[in-house]
Amino acid sequence: MGLFGSFLSKFSRNRASLEDIEEFRKILIESDIGATTAEEIVDLVKKEKSENLEAAITERIKSFLSTDSRELKLQAGGLTTVLVVGVNGTGKTTSTAKLANLLKTSGKKVLLVAADTFRAAAVDQLITWGQRIGVDVVRGAEYSDPAAVCFDGATKAKNEGYDVLLIDTAGRLHTKSNLMDELGKVRRVIEKVTPVNEVLFVLDGTTGQNGIAQARVFSESVSLTGMIVTKIDGSTKGGIALATERELALPLKYVGVGEGVADLKAFDPDPYISELLS
Amino acid sequence: MFESLSNKFSEVFGALRNKGRITESDIDDAAGELRTALLEADVALSVVETFVQRVKEKSLTALPELRKSTNQSQEIYSIINAELIEILGGAARRIRFAKNPPTVIMLAGLQGSGKTTLAGKLASYLKEDGNTPLLVAADLQRPNAVTQLCVLAESLKLPVFAPEPGNGVGDPVKVSRDAINFAKEKLHNVVIIDTAGRLGIDEELMKQARDIKAAVNPDETLFVVDAMIGQDAVRTAQAFESGVGFDAVVLTKLDGDAKGGAALSIAEMSGKPILFVSNGEKLSDFDYFYPDRMASRILGMGDIQTLAEQAKKAIDGESAKRLEEKFVSGEEFTLEDFLEQLQAMKKMGSMTKLLGMLPGANNAAMKKQIDSLDDNELVRTQAIVQSMTREERQNPKLLNGSRRARIAKGSGRTVTEVNSLVDRFSAAQKMMKQMRTGGGMPKGMALPPGMSLPAGVPTGIGGGKPQSPKKKSRSGNPAKRAAQEGR
Repeated sequence: MGLFGSFLSKFSRNRASLEDIEEFRKILIESDIGATTAEEIVDLVKKEKSENLEAAITERIKSFLSTDSRELKLQAGGLTTVLVVGVNGTGKTTSTAKLANLLKTSGKKVLLVAADTFRAAAVDQLITWGQRIGVDVVRGAEYSDPAAVCFDGATKAKNEGYDVLLIDTAGRLHTKSNLMDELGKVRRVIEKVTPVNEVLFVLDGTTGQNGIAQARVFSESVSLTGMIVTKIDGSTKGGIALATERELALPLKYVGVGEGVADLKAFDPDPYISELLS
Repeated sequence: MFESLSNKFSEVFGALRNKGRITESDIDDAAGELRTALLEADVALSVVETFVQRVKEKSLTALPELRKSTNQSQEIYSIINAELIEILGGAARRIRFAKNPPTVIMLAGLQGSGKTTLAGKLASYLKEDGNTPLLVAADLQRPNAVTQLCVLAESLKLPVFAPEPGNGVGDPVKVSRDAINFAKEKLHNVVIIDTAGRLGIDEELMKQARDIKAAVNPDETLFVVDAMIGQDAVRTAQAFESGVGFDAVVLTKLDGDAKGGAALSIAEMSGKPILFVSNGEKLSDFDYFYPDRMASRILGMGDIQTLAEQAKKAIDGESAKRLEEKFVSGEEFTLEDFLEQLQAMKKMGSMTKLLGMLPGANNAAMKKQIDSLDDNELVRTQAIVQSMTREERQNPKLLNGSRRARIAKGSGRTVTEVNSLVDRFSAAQKMMKQMRTGGGMPKGMALPPGMSLPAGVPTGIGGGKPQSPKKKSRSGNPAKRAAQEGR
């Protein structure tokens, strides 16, 4: 049963009672979709005739979504560079590895760059992943300049004919302006070698309204092109992804749904919405 | 942190303050604002409802009394403050040590909540208190979690028990059990077990955590939770409570912004106290959780107590006393003293964080000032002062053009920067003289960055007695006063 399903069935039988609407509001708010958006949908439910309700909600949610393509922008006939960014502990390294696996499976020659030189053993974590999925990894020394590691990675990828360069950066809280500046520098340095095609923001699906603030600040320093939402595999509704996409018009591209290396799915809004309403 | 929440509170009370006489509908309005603010701060809906309801009831009951009061908004403020403290767990709790060592502390939590980093922070904190902690690498799931803990331990010069390589290899229950025996043998009085992160619904991993718990019977099972978590906080806490059971909560990543809802939600729903907070990337960014401080922080009153404590820790009693005497006696404040303070400041940690604890720090104008502060400024200023000779520091009047050029060269800064430092210093010196003679700070005088707080340290903070944040009097500390006036 989807998020709204049980309530929609109530609404379609007869007029919903006040308690039903209250309960509906509660479910919406508890999905981390944001208080304002929740109120909007509740208002819609109050106004709309029951037979049109499903279509009306679908339409409304669709209007929240970005119209940008959700496909990974691949450089035709050349090197595609993807930068993976986000706050600490959202699952950047794991998502990067999963994405590498996905691209490798589709026949791409992938190079990973372990540019998280800050967190203890983060580099080793990516190298372990690289070995598991059979993808080359460029590494730098611990606490070395991440921009330098990226430069090396980009040069190698360009010279040795890789299709995709995937860069895992260190987690940083968006409130640390010096770390955000560092990220800007990383991007500029890579672009000396090869253009950056995608900057993917990794959002923890359990995050609350702070997710929007995170994405906004990251967007300001490295202009994001898409999102990966992680840890969506249980009680978490990940409503914050929808809220962030709405607020920043940032397309959600991938969803991390489990701990296995294959547990990364391209996001498709239509089945997502119909599941919400089922 | 908590800034949007406290901003909203200030707004609500700003409106009330202008009213003069509070009516029932005013309280309704304020309660409505409070509700939205709490929801925006990710406080769980059910907690918001109870909280707002309780505050409303208490305010209404107190209404007749309130009307007699000269400061009505302040009264409601206190009601909310008291309510917040109560939810956040009343008095602060300390870690419970076992009668017979070792004390076993087990960490559990969602993936990416910061358990491994926290294990390191907790261990170094306990070590500083004279304990002999042992770290145990029982997260054998996440690739290289074991390595991460070992690297951390090495940098902290702490022993780590990591017999298994991890990455899916090894039995965490056995590792934990062996760790206890190892600790007994090697006389470690605290054992900190870092377990694998898990999702609330992952029954297999939940069982593993249960098995570890049963095997080692921890004195404290700490639930580690990311302060940025949303409405899921309550469900997650409940899943861990029923799946593993925990004694207290640790909040991590509190150095971000706009969050803290989780703190309220989990404390209210689980009834478990929040024991520690972790608020930065450095291993020293870690402290006990103080409900009263957190509450006044939520309400935008700043966290003067923590600030004072950190200042005390950084400035040794001797030099603080000497500086205070110097200040009182009217002796000249020299660049030498200034340098000493700069070094103490550096020990206290990041300037932006320190200033964030001041009352009114969440006020937009003040925040802008704080954000524009550059922590490296401190380092640069120190370099300039250190490039001066002793005589020059004692008597800045000696600083002629050629001396300034030499200092600039020595510190790698420009002469302009040296000039501006000297100017700011003499301005601060003058200011201190005026304050001592009771003249107060010249009106409209801007505080020079990198100079403001150091100059004030001995007068208000290092002097020992923390100022009550509610006190209406003008602070003797120029930085604090700027904060108060900025409100």
